[in-house]
This record gives sequence, C-alpha cells and structure tokens, in this order.
Amino acid sequence: MEIKEFKIKWGMVIDIDKCTGCGACMVGCQVENNIAPMTKKDPYNYVQALTTHRDDASNKLRTLTWMTVYELSNKKVFPDHEVAYLPRPCMQCGHPACVPVCPVVATDKNEEGGIVSQIYPRCIGCRYCMAACPYHARYFNWWDPLWPEGMDKGLSPNASVRPRGVVEKCSFCHSRYLDAKNKARAEGSDPMDLADGAYNTACAEICPTKAITFGDLNNPEHKVYELAKSKKSFRLLEKLGLDPQVYYMTEREWVRMQGDNYNGGDGAASNNHG
Amino acid sequence: MDSKLFPEGVQRCSLGQFALWMVPILGVLVWGLYGAVLVLYNGIGTTGLDNYFGFGAWITFDLAVIALGAGAFFTGFLKYILKIKQLEKIINLTVIVGFICYSGAMLVLTLDIGQPGRAWFGYWHPNVHSMLTEVIFCITCYCTVLIIEFVPLILEQKQLNKIPFIHALAHNMHVNMALFAGLGAFLSTFHQGSLGGMYGVLIGRPYAFREGFFIWPWTFFLFVLSAVGTGPVFTVLVATFMEKLTGKKLVDFKTKALMGKIAGSMLCVYMFFKILDTWAWAVGYLPTVGLTFDEMFYGIAYGKWMLWTELVVCGVVPAIMLVTPSIRNRPAMLYTAAILGCIGVCINRYVFTVQSLAHPVMPFDSWHVYYANWVEYATSLMIVAYGFLVLSLSYRYLPVFPLETKLNYQNK
Repeated sequence: MEIKEFKIKWGMVIDIDKCTGCGACMVGCQVENNIAPMTKKDPYNYVQALTTHRDDASNKLRTLTWMTVYELSNKKVFPDHEVAYLPRPCMQCGHPACVPVCPVVATDKNEEGGIVSQIYPRCIGCRYCMAACPYHARYFNWWDPLWPEGMDKGLSPNASVRPRGVVEKCSFCHSRYLDAKNKARAEGSDPMDLADGAYNTACAEICPTKAITFGDLNNPEHKVYELAKSKKSFRLLEKLGLDPQVYYMTEREWVRMQGDNYNGGDGAASNNHG
Repeated sequence: MDSKLFPEGVQRCSLGQFALWMVPILGVLVWGLYGAVLVLYNGIGTTGLDNYFGFGAWITFDLAVIALGAGAFFTGFLKYILKIKQLEKIINLTVIVGFICYSGAMLVLTLDIGQPGRAWFGYWHPNVHSMLTEVIFCITCYCTVLIIEFVPLILEQKQLNKIPFIHALAHNMHVNMALFAGLGAFLSTFHQGSLGGMYGVLIGRPYAFREGFFIWPWTFFLFVLSAVGTGPVFTVLVATFMEKLTGKKLVDFKTKALMGKIAGSMLCVYMFFKILDTWAWAVGYLPTVGLTFDEMFYGIAYGKWMLWTELVVCGVVPAIMLVTPSIRNRPAMLYTAAILGCIGVCINRYVFTVQSLAHPVMPFDSWHVYYANWVEYATSLMIVAYGFLVLSLSYRYLPVFPLETKLNYQNK
C-alpha cells in the first residue's frame, strides 16, 4: 500500500543509550494529556460499589499509558548482564495498521504533520485498532475516568478528557502543535515552517537526559533530520512495513537486534530506513 | 391448555412440563442479563479483556455462532436458487437457527463495543476501507433478511393463519422468498468473508496477516468456505438434538445425510485451501518478517496441538467422513463428523481472534494468556439460553418440521 507523504513529518528520535528508565516521560505525558489515573473505587457509581471493584494502577494491562517505558535485557547472566530502556509512544506510522481498519473513521492520518489522529467523540470502542497495532500504543478506557479528589484541579484545559468505552493514544501532544502554530501566526511567522523546538512534546521536554528529540523529520534545520539518518538509528518492526515516524538510536548491537525479528533466516540487523 | 396453538396434527407436552423446561433456560437468561447490566452500567472493565486482548471470548463467540449459523444462507441458496427440493424439509429450522445465531451475535456485539449508543456510526461515518464496516453493513442487513424469512413461519401459526389477511401475507412472502434467499446468500457470503478479512488485513499481526487476491486476503475466502462447510451440519446437529429431547423424528435421515454431503464437499474444498494457506504462511510469509513457524505458538493455551487438532482431527477427518457415503450414511458417524467439523471451525475462530493478539510481535515483549471471566461466559450463555428459548417456542407453536406428522403419526 502507498505511504501517505506530508510536507511536514513530525517525528521523534529516542536515544536508548541515554535513557535511564526514570519514567519522567510517562509522568509528563500523563499530566499533559489528562490521562486518567486508575482508582479502585468509584464514589459516584453505587452499582459498582455493590458488585465489583475497578482496577487500580497495579493492573498494567488496564492502565492508560500513552508513553510506556519497556525494559530490555540482553538475557545474559552477571557480570555480562545489561539492560536498556525503550520509551514507546505512538509510532505515528506512515502506513498505519490502525487507520484503515477503523469502521467509523475515528482515527485518521490526513493532517499536515503526519500525526495519526484519534477522534474520541466518534470512536465506538470496538477496539479493532488495538488489535491491529503491534506496538500496543492504543489504550481503552475500561472504566469511567476518575481523578482522586483535588487532583482534578490540576487538569489541563488544553486536552479533552475521554469518556469510558473509547480508545485513546499518544497524539504527539497535539494541543501543543496548535499552540505553536497560533504563536507563529501571532508573531507573523509561517505556522507551516516552525523553528526547531517551537513545537515540542511533553515527554521530550521533561526528559532529564535529553534522550528524546522531537521535530520535523523532513526539515533539515531540525535536529531529528540528521539524527534519524544516523548509522545508529533504527525503527521498531521495520519489516512489517508500517513506516514509523519514531526512530531509536543505540550503539549496542543487542539492543538494535531487539528492534525487530531476525529469526526467519533473513540476515542480521541493518540500518534500513524503509 | 394451549393445545389449540399447536401446529396441525402434532402432539406436544403439557404446559406444566413446558414451563418446567423453561425454568433452567430462564435461569441462565437472567444470570446473563445480570452480567450484561454490569457491563453496560459499570463498563467493559468488568470482563477479562485488557489492552493486550481487546478481542476475546465475545468476538470468538460471535464469529463461531455466525459461522455455525451459515446453514441458513447456504441452505436457502441451495433450496431457492439451485432448487434442491429435498432441503425444504429442514429449511425452516435453518432459518430459525440462523436467526438465533445472528441476532444473538448482534446482542453480544452491543455489549462488546465500548459505546453502544454510537453503534449506528457504522452507517453514518463509514470507513469504506475497513472490513469491519462491511461486517456491520452485512450483519445488520442480513439479520433483517432473516427476520423477513422467519416472519412467514410465525404467520403460519395455526390460529394466526386463520385470519385471511395473514394467510395471504404469509403465502405471498413465501412466493417471493427466493429473492430474500438470494439477497441473504449475497450478504452472508460477503460478511462471512469480511470477518475473515478482518484478520487477514492486520499487517501488524503476523499470526493473522495473509496475502490475497485484489483487496481480499486469503482468510476472506477461507472463512466463507469454513462457514458453509460446517453451518449445514450444525443445523443437522440441532435437529438431532431436538429429536433426542422430544423423542420424535423431525427430519428424515436422507435430508440429514444430504446436508452432510453438501457440508462435506465444502469442507474438502476448504481443507485443501486451508492447508495450502497454512503452508504458504509458514514458509513464505513468516520468514519475510523475520519470524519462524515455531515462534507463533506458546505453551498449552496457544500450542501447536490446537493447529493440528483444527487441521487434522477437526478438519481432514470430518471432511473425509462426510464425503464418504458408507460413513456418512451411518447416523452415529454423521453426527460425530458434524461435531468434529463444528469444533474445528470454533478453534479456527478462537485462534484467529485470541492467538493473533497473544503473539508478542515486539521481540522484547512477552506472551500473555487471556482468560475470559464469568461475565463473558454468562453473557455468552445468555445467548445460548436465548437460542433454546426461541427454538422451544418455535417447536411448540410453529409448523417448523413439515415431515413431523408423517414421520411420527401416520405410520402408526
């Protein structure tokens, strides 16, 4: 299938060798995008109180984490044991598996910038997109979203909260993109030619080791342009042909080898940029 | 007490006995209803589904009953379009079973989607590239066709049919039924295929992904074939189960054997292509994405034993049994083959739904095992109970089996 190309292609380059696995990106994402924490009790639902508890955040298969940090291991014993941390946002694929399957066009890739959208009020919650995504980048609202008392005061006015029963995912902090474009317009510059750093995601901004770099992959003036082309860079599951817009960097071969499957007798890892 | 409502010339148990039979059915129905209320009121979090298994027992159940309900469209097609007259002895039952399966599947889907109030968006904002859109279109339209096919049978109820208008209406609907049978065959073929296509197009899920012909992955055709290869014998099993339960002969064995022969032929074609498809997937496609056949299986839950059971014990074996006249014509053998075939198609729908999602595509991810919880079982069993309810009422009050009088009373 043909890959949809855009003049602007927002993307990320994540240096795995710089990532300490601190999880700040996950927290930043959570706060920026009003992602509901999991609360065991629902004080507003008496039926729930009488019948069954909701999941708390210990059930990692039910939590909403648009950005998740995976721990990779080289599976060797001490003293050769090594770990690496791989932050995983939505890959905003050029050839997304999720978009063509949605029966109601609740997710699309049609906006300049190449970010895969998610339209919450249209999503019917069939979860077909979740079944389609091999990166597990999509999350379902299994329960009504609730914030513990007081925490709701800290909700961001820029991101809409989602109801129960719809799918959500990383949008590269889309409201920040809108803000950056508005600012450019106000300053009289071209909103379609933002300077490097004018639009940045919460995870990239908060990362203490600057492991995440964000920018326009098509713009030579943006850092990611060169970084993505680096010999150290690779993408997750390139062989599936989804053309992700998120790149990873590492000097360690064993980490790179975990970026794709190499057991089918088709050679070792390579810098294949699609 | 209600004997005036019975079909002409047949005997039924007393109303008290019937009411007693209804008690366990209604019990399961109420249990399932309780589960359904929890799902709708509290959320889908009440089930065993999670972010790894967005699809689970419900979707497996839906796909399985839709495949087994295929007896309706395929038998309708053979009787009305290809004019195989013998099938009229079982056609009413196939329609009822089809109706139960499809309406039941739709009820489960209402629970399964997170926003049931938005179910109509499939029509309002359709994505024409999605196989699921085609499924939504065809299932809803075909369910309507099944209702249209079911209505004349209800109108033929002895007391209702005494009203001249209803009599004429039922007659005219019968006359034009070939049109609906044709429409049903078209709609049903397409969505059986789209259900398979739904999995075949998943480029991110190597367990399910298949190449194909034009826009249709091979699974599209395989799902159609497996449905027509088992749907007819499922109806035979339902008829036989009803016979054992009521102690009456309802369908002559010749018709059952014919259904077995039809299903067996289709099952043979299916197995030929299914084996070819599995082989091409294992040695052709998987290596291109860096995976091996062995990596597609895990432990007991997702083990190879399931594949071999599906392909051999519940695939090739029943196919051979059904096409061999000497085996097919022995009732016990026919029913055994039918049961095996039906189990095979259920395994197929299960692995495509669950195992596809269980396989960790990212090498650093791990296999997860999905367990459905009581809510999913209860609501699925609710549909089974609903099926028992519809069939019991139909059998008691509607002229479902044209041969019943001849087979049971006229010989004596």
